[in-house]
Amino acid sequence: MNAPALLSVSQVETFYGRIQALRGVSLDVHEGEIVTLIGANGAGKSTLMMTICGSPQARSGQILYRGHDITRTPTHQIMHMGIAQSPEGRRIFGRMTVMENLRIGASVADPSHFDRDIERAFALFPLLKERRNQRGGTLSGGEQQMLAIARALMAQPRLLLLDEPSLGLAPLVIKQIFGAIRELNATQGLTVFLVEQNAHHALRLAHRGYVMVNGKITMTGTGVELLGREEIRAAYLEGGVH
Amino acid sequence: MEYFVQQLINGVTLGSIYGLIAIGYTLVYGIVGMINFAHGDIFMVGAFVSLIVITALGLTASTGLGLTILALILVLVISMIVASVYGWTVERVAYRPLRGSFRLAPLITAIGMSIVLQNYVQISQGARVKPLQPIISGGHTIMRRVDANGEFLVQVSNMQIFIVVITFSLMVIFTLLIAKTPLGRAQRACEQDTKMAALSGINVDRTISLTFVLGAALAAVAGLMFLLYYGVIDFFIGFVAGVKAFTAAVLGGIGSLPGAMLGGLVIGLIETFWSAYFSIEYKDVAAFAMLALVLIFLPQGLLGKPEVEKV
Repeated sequence: MNAPALLSVSQVETFYGRIQALRGVSLDVHEGEIVTLIGANGAGKSTLMMTICGSPQARSGQILYRGHDITRTPTHQIMHMGIAQSPEGRRIFGRMTVMENLRIGASVADPSHFDRDIERAFALFPLLKERRNQRGGTLSGGEQQMLAIARALMAQPRLLLLDEPSLGLAPLVIKQIFGAIRELNATQGLTVFLVEQNAHHALRLAHRGYVMVNGKITMTGTGVELLGREEIRAAYLEGGVH
Repeated sequence: MEYFVQQLINGVTLGSIYGLIAIGYTLVYGIVGMINFAHGDIFMVGAFVSLIVITALGLTASTGLGLTILALILVLVISMIVASVYGWTVERVAYRPLRGSFRLAPLITAIGMSIVLQNYVQISQGARVKPLQPIISGGHTIMRRVDANGEFLVQVSNMQIFIVVITFSLMVIFTLLIAKTPLGRAQRACEQDTKMAALSGINVDRTISLTFVLGAALAAVAGLMFLLYYGVIDFFIGFVAGVKAFTAAVLGGIGSLPGAMLGGLVIGLIETFWSAYFSIEYKDVAAFAMLALVLIFLPQGLLGKPEVEKV
């Protein structure tokens, strides 16, 4: 791992008004990796995802992506650099059809690949193909989650940020979505940075993981290492105190 | 019956002008959640630019009909461009710096911009009303009745045909632009979820600017139509027309594009029929009473969007 990281976050602090959400967060994501960030509700995981995308921007610290400092880059420009996010709460465009949502996702991608990409997205989530002309707001939670991920993939990202893709989903759907992430990583070399509360699934999927508590990174290691740690098991895997 | 048909024709003409202005209110409200009170004055600027260009071109009633229409389309384009620049500038200078500020701030600024534009035009163009001789003359008689009171003709003037045809074509083009093009998709995305739009790589600031530009361009069209229809303008016409169009937007369901068009038609018809059958002095009261009724009994408007978000 001597090559420079694809994404490198160092000493980042983010505030919402006067409330500090991130307290000097540093982490790296390398090309081709699946990295997960686990932690309790309110630890600052989603804030980190949004800070990487510049919304809100970090008050201090630095975020490097492919060697470029993107700490002060406007959000829409960051998204044009090959980062895509499936955000917390899915944020589907409820009054647009599934197809239109996917077209929005493809706004930053090369339009000549649209047909190929849409076929890929439908192959990954066949349900979306059936629902293509339905409004996003009428989909079930699981279908919306699939749409959010598919929409992010339509951007042809190099780095995919996934915020709680398993939230509120049936176990079978979670399995399907995690299977899809693994496949994209293995076959296309897609780099994935994954935020999860479902630590067990996330750590088994990821090459490496970070643990966040109250806006700070407290632990890091490979997925297997973290799964084996007593404090992780107690806090995140066996329904311990969050 | 004939009288009714005549008023219907007049009402549709007036309503299409209101509808054009109402689109600007509704689009801006949809995307930034503010009422752009300076929008009526952009309409007024559009009317003034049209008058200036018409005068410069030397258009009169004696110019042939075909040439007049060509010239008017040129007037339309120039007026749309100039008004767009005004709309863009107002957003850039007065609204954008306040985005994310408390809710009343942009509202107060909008009222301020409205006063600025009125006074600017008043000083540069004078406070007196500006007349324009009719430049499209003629018309068609579509019904006639002769009885003891004499003859009653139902007429559609060429002017009315011009206004309604141009207005409806622009509304169709505009609806397609919003529904089918990437630009319209970006506009709707920003309207539904600004943050997610940015996360999809859409330049939100640019899309908002563009919304103001489009709204201003349509207001300029309305400005030209108003000028042609009434033949007199002054620096204050933006206020009353603006408030009526705003009423139309709320009536149709603020944020809804077809709602704005429908609302414009309804307000135009109410106003015309009220003037025709009851009292012309109270036509504004009728239009605003309608607003009050809608706000009380149908607050989301005629075509307001029901929220379909599923959690």
